[in-house]
Amino acid sequence: MTAPLIRPRRKNPVLKSREPTLPPWARSRVALGMTAAAAEGRFELQRCAHCQAVQYPPREACHQCLSDALPWTEMDGAGSLISQTTLLHSHDLYFRERVPWRLGMVQLDAGPTVVVHLHGDVTEPPTRVRVAAKLDKAGMAVLVGFPEKEWPHMADDRQLREFTCHPQFRRVFVTDGKTATGQAIVRALAAAGADLIWVGHAEPWKAAPGLRALVDIPQVTLLPLDVTDHRSIKEVASQVGPKVDILINTAEYHRAFGIASRQGTDIARMEMDVNYLGLLRLAQEFGPIMRARGADGQSSAVAWVNLLSIFALSNFPAHGTYSASKAAALSLAQCLRAEMRPAGIRVINVFPGPIDDEWNQLLPPPKLAPDAVATAIVHALREGIEDVYPGDVAQEWRTRLRDCAKGFERELAAGSGT
Amino acid sequence: MSTRRRTDYRGVAVAVPITVPYVRYSTRSAHWWIGQAVGELLKRSGLEKSAVDGVCVSGFLLFPDTAVGLMQHLGLSPRWLDHIPMGGNCGVVALRRAARAVQAGDADVVVCVAGDTNHVDSFRQTVASFSQFARDAVYPYGSGGPNASFAFLTDYVMRTTGITRADYGKLCVAQRANALSFPYALFKKPLTLEQYLTARPIAEPLHLFDCVMPCAGAEAFLVTSEDRARAMGLPYATILGTIERHNAFPEDPIQIRGGWAMDREDLYAQAGVGPDDIDFLQVYDDYPVITAMQLEDLGFCAKGDVQLLIRAESFTIDGTLPLNTSGGQLSVGQAGAAGGYLGLVEALRQLTGQALGETVPNAELGLVSGFGMINYDRGLCSGAAILARGVSA
Repeated sequence: MTAPLIRPRRKNPVLKSREPTLPPWARSRVALGMTAAAAEGRFELQRCAHCQAVQYPPREACHQCLSDALPWTEMDGAGSLISQTTLLHSHDLYFRERVPWRLGMVQLDAGPTVVVHLHGDVTEPPTRVRVAAKLDKAGMAVLVGFPEKEWPHMADDRQLREFTCHPQFRRVFVTDGKTATGQAIVRALAAAGADLIWVGHAEPWKAAPGLRALVDIPQVTLLPLDVTDHRSIKEVASQVGPKVDILINTAEYHRAFGIASRQGTDIARMEMDVNYLGLLRLAQEFGPIMRARGADGQSSAVAWVNLLSIFALSNFPAHGTYSASKAAALSLAQCLRAEMRPAGIRVINVFPGPIDDEWNQLLPPPKLAPDAVATAIVHALREGIEDVYPGDVAQEWRTRLRDCAKGFERELAAGSGT
Repeated sequence: MSTRRRTDYRGVAVAVPITVPYVRYSTRSAHWWIGQAVGELLKRSGLEKSAVDGVCVSGFLLFPDTAVGLMQHLGLSPRWLDHIPMGGNCGVVALRRAARAVQAGDADVVVCVAGDTNHVDSFRQTVASFSQFARDAVYPYGSGGPNASFAFLTDYVMRTTGITRADYGKLCVAQRANALSFPYALFKKPLTLEQYLTARPIAEPLHLFDCVMPCAGAEAFLVTSEDRARAMGLPYATILGTIERHNAFPEDPIQIRGGWAMDREDLYAQAGVGPDDIDFLQVYDDYPVITAMQLEDLGFCAKGDVQLLIRAESFTIDGTLPLNTSGGQLSVGQAGAAGGYLGLVEALRQLTGQALGETVPNAELGLVSGFGMINYDRGLCSGAAILARGVSA
């Protein structure tokens, strides 16, 4: 059974931090379909639309009937471990630094035999296992073999932690604790075992409901932070930057309306200043510091979470300029993902539907409770998921965009959507 | 399986076994190693370069060149050219292709050559980009290369059949004993079973002496007509039977058998001999589990009984079933694609009275088998050939 994680000792400041290395990232184009599913936490393989044969490794033609209709299809991952090995030698630098490394060969009930990273709680073969797809440090999907039933402390498996960003014993920076969502996230992180939680709050002279209550959580420290002020960010980065393992950017500026119902650009400018430029400023200050700590022992820097909006994916005209600022932030987050990649730091984008707060007052239910957003974020960190669509509205948008993005745009223009 | 009777290999001679002495690392390219082998073959056979009208090439590290570019590099103008990227099976397949070309008259003098270099980082690069499936579904899993793939198989076979590490060790120790008289073997010290068993683990259950050592080297031989070989005064062997198979038994969840199990009856029927008639064996030995699999699949014992055969035989040159008489890749080294030629070239030496080390006494028939290309979870290519003593030196 996995030994529970122990709180890491204070780092010796004299020792050199290990440079981050990445596992092999080269994949064929067709294999990236597995990564697309794993980014959302699903295990998908290609299944032939004609003969139903499940394919692995990913292919361009069905190995049975040669059809090229091989849609990615969700798998339950059930299978049998038929053999195993523990590597003590590797050709690759990343694994060389991490041996011994346990691997297994699993015959999936769905057909193919797959090579997997093997969880330490899986017993010797032959035994039943459950296979799931995870993103590795290079951001590429890999398969992991888990024991069929849950064990205590399973998340603490040394190999599994290479694929996840579990907040336990990690130090987290939440950029805005003044919103209900920010506060829910802080509480959820504390409950998940985060070691220290720094919470930013802009305009500290203005009280915000619920903010003071956060201070009662022993891990929490409040820090004045204004994401529209580069100097303020620099100051906070110099204080806590080198210790931040997970950064969660909850700062946002949200007003209703589109183009015609509001004069001038002041509101749009504020939205861009917080939602887009705020992210840019944070990324410029915290990005390089976190990148240097991508392989800094048990609690290295692992994740950067952006609280975006499902409106980032298609403009919601009733909140048109806000949608545009979130779309800009999404684009920048992709850039950040590319820049954080060499350090193996996961950039997690969260796309909630309308949150049940004052700025979404006029939107009809279902609306997302702040606690639900917080739960989704902690879940994504624990499971190593990269794109999160919490709530029914987000899920529906996701499906409709995938089915027919243009048709959905027309429906949104006509006033539907939420 | 086809029921049409296969044409025999009458009239074809296999001659001039060449090994360019191996080194652990080389700063030269694969082209250099192959060029050395071809040059040595011409020198030893007395052939003019212009007399070579067929060439068959294998080499992983020729990239970005193919056999075509190599012809300009070496100044050859053959009327028949083949490039066989089949790794450990390339020797047997080259033999098959060249023999048919000579029989059909498409070529008269075919040089078969395989060689590779080994720079300090070239093995890692080869493993990392070996195939699309390996890059997508194997290398990202610990990057153990073939060690990991064969560790899975060895683990499976040990769990299901009762074969032990000591059994595998006996094969490795016997091959090392054979290697001690072979001048080009990179491993020159005797190996004891104790050393084998206590060596450091590489990929459990494989330890150091289960694994071949990558190196640089080249091998070559000549395929021509018996008439021409006699006219040139070349010692030669003849071909009694051959087989090849690719992607055999794809439904097996793990590779418990190779293509030999599918085709061995065909092999022995074409050759008109059986396993009992074979005087020595040169099998592909990148890992002892594969050596053992070939002993079973080629009919030297029943499936699942190979540990009994291993416990009964010595496998040394002076024993009743000499195995890998130059020491195999486990003791000579694995020079990339040349590994697919090593057993065949050694068999030619043994059958033509040109052994560089000890000679298998009174050997008339030798069986050579090849195995190659771990594309994803298993070796896809298998082949075998039975060679007979023709004219000795």
